[in-house]
Amino acid sequence: MSSKKSKLAAADARPPATQARPAVAVFKFASCDGCQLSLLDAEDELLGVAEAIDIVYFPEATSVMLKGPYDIGLVEGSITTHHDAERIQQVRRQCRTLVTIGACATSGGIQALRNWKDVGGFVRMVYAQPDFIRTLKMSTPVAEHVPVDFELRGCPINKRQLLELISAMLAGRKPNIPTYSVCIECKRRANNCVAVARGEACLGPVTQAGCGALCPSFDRGCYGCFGPMESPNTASLTEQFRILGRGDEDIVRAFRSYSAWAWQFRQAGEECEKS
Amino acid sequence: MSAKTAKNSSRAVKVDYLTRVEGEGAILVKLKGEQVQEVQLQIFEPPRLFEAFLRGRHYLETPDIVARICGICPVAYQMSAVHALERILGITVDPAVRLLRRLIYCGEWIESHALHVFMLHAPDFLGYPDAIRMAADHHGLVETALRLKKIGNQLMVVLGGREIHPISVTVGGFYKVPTKAELRVLVDDLVWARDTSLAAARTVAGLEFPEFEQDYEFVSLSHPDEYPLNEGLLVSNKGLDIDVSEFGDQFAEQHVRHSNALHCRLRERGGYLVGPLARFNLNFDKLPESAQQVARECGVTPPCRNPFRGIVVRAVELVFACEEALRLIAQYEPPLSPRASAPVRAGVGHAATEAPRGTLYHRYEIDERGLILNAQIVPPTAQNQKRMEEDLWQYVPQIAGLPLEKITARCEQAVRNYDPCISCATHFVRVERT
Repeated sequence: MSSKKSKLAAADARPPATQARPAVAVFKFASCDGCQLSLLDAEDELLGVAEAIDIVYFPEATSVMLKGPYDIGLVEGSITTHHDAERIQQVRRQCRTLVTIGACATSGGIQALRNWKDVGGFVRMVYAQPDFIRTLKMSTPVAEHVPVDFELRGCPINKRQLLELISAMLAGRKPNIPTYSVCIECKRRANNCVAVARGEACLGPVTQAGCGALCPSFDRGCYGCFGPMESPNTASLTEQFRILGRGDEDIVRAFRSYSAWAWQFRQAGEECEKS
Repeated sequence: MSAKTAKNSSRAVKVDYLTRVEGEGAILVKLKGEQVQEVQLQIFEPPRLFEAFLRGRHYLETPDIVARICGICPVAYQMSAVHALERILGITVDPAVRLLRRLIYCGEWIESHALHVFMLHAPDFLGYPDAIRMAADHHGLVETALRLKKIGNQLMVVLGGREIHPISVTVGGFYKVPTKAELRVLVDDLVWARDTSLAAARTVAGLEFPEFEQDYEFVSLSHPDEYPLNEGLLVSNKGLDIDVSEFGDQFAEQHVRHSNALHCRLRERGGYLVGPLARFNLNFDKLPESAQQVARECGVTPPCRNPFRGIVVRAVELVFACEEALRLIAQYEPPLSPRASAPVRAGVGHAATEAPRGTLYHRYEIDERGLILNAQIVPPTAQNQKRMEEDLWQYVPQIAGLPLEKITARCEQAVRNYDPCISCATHFVRVERT
């Protein structure tokens, strides 16, 4: 069977719109592919999930590429090119519910470090023929371009949270995704506090939970890959870092990593630079 | 269409969005009759400019940052980075740390190869659009694939905390090392994975392969005692034999209009091939006996020059990765300290390691405060880019008599032979330095 025939066969097999299996599309923008891979990494659940939802567009995993509209769109990656700025508008129009998965789509990702620099200089540094390259000055989250229905945090996302989100959408309920800090997860795991006990610069107090307090469980400070929690007290943490002897340059770098463009971390870094 | 019009007509094979690969790419092949006039592997994955924003970051942040280049092979990026930085600082790691690094790399190979062999590439041979739809007829095969992949992922979770962007790898070693008991619980699964990989190699060897052989220059690391992962000289079947620090003297990168990933070529001989086929051909005698044996049974012995048989070679490497993981776990004694450190000093360091898709080269320059002045990263897919295009030049005339949709599907399959990771490929700098 050729792949073209397979596509048609799959299209025929698609249940009519009245049936309950929602059509799901997975889109990629500037990213590492890790968040969409999280779905394939749910090895025990993947085939079950594929029975509950109809994956009709997911280029990393399938040659089936059905046109919208889609019931659910999962978007990975940030917007960094003119083409992608237009494409995200189309994607939004095609998706009834649009969810961003991961730090790139939710806050601009690591590539948002360009937002403080001269991006032309960056391109010249990397490419011999800079005029071949079309890229925007900024890397921005999806929500700066279109309305987003839910944002799943993490660099990468936690696959348990992804499964919870999909289950919640299928059941028509609110997903149970906590917005408290990594500290809560650390306490639950009965970890020694790496900041208090060892003086590590730990971003746990201002970072949203979801990883299971992974870094402190491995004897290192949290580096904030889930982005800011709801209402983080970054000023207080900055002060604490100074007490621990960290210089301003180090503190700016700590806030400026995988969720650098999230406004809470952006502000914390910029205030530290000003002082 | 009459034979005469077919001879003169212009046709274009276009794949606007290459599926079942990591990242965003397209294929364009222009044909006149049965003659190929143009081949472009177009990479439109947006550039993320890693080397640029690595400048000014602290060297200890590097393993975490470069992991983000690729969600499929983050360990490869971490490994090349820590080795290059340790060369600058003069750190020699504890033998147990060396062992654990090989072990976490085995986990990544198992996860990545299982994903590619069964879920991304096998659907081409069996005629399905993806593994999920393939599961309707081949449920056992897909379940096996998922369990194999999970076992690779579990190794990464135990050693690195999570399967994507692990958090335990650092310069000098690990933040935390596992106990012997934490590794021992993986043994039963790995024995199953080894036996399943042996069976899988035999299964995929029974697929149909086009007759297509090329005189490749195969490039990979080579180590006197081991199948290469983290260490070795860079060698080829056409006389290359260098220390990794000479990479820039032998290889050059070229920026072409249709790709956001620079093409890497050997200065003297042009395109070359990295990845499983190259490793296998150059290091066959370092494979464990079971892997050598099954390779012979499957009819792949070096030199294997048919890239379509790469799927069999990947399955053989799966056998190796499981055997190696079992061997390493049996030998493991935790190190006295999880990581070694050394005072910061300025310098330049190079390293290459074997990512699932092939040799991954890193070069860093840091200052006396430990801040990065320059970074250069040459991923395997960038190196294979030119070779992928050359394969299409050679292969398309063989299939030019087929209907366009079949040519298109075969072209996609030919590119998937390389398991291209396009997200990786768009992040590297030119080699020219002053």
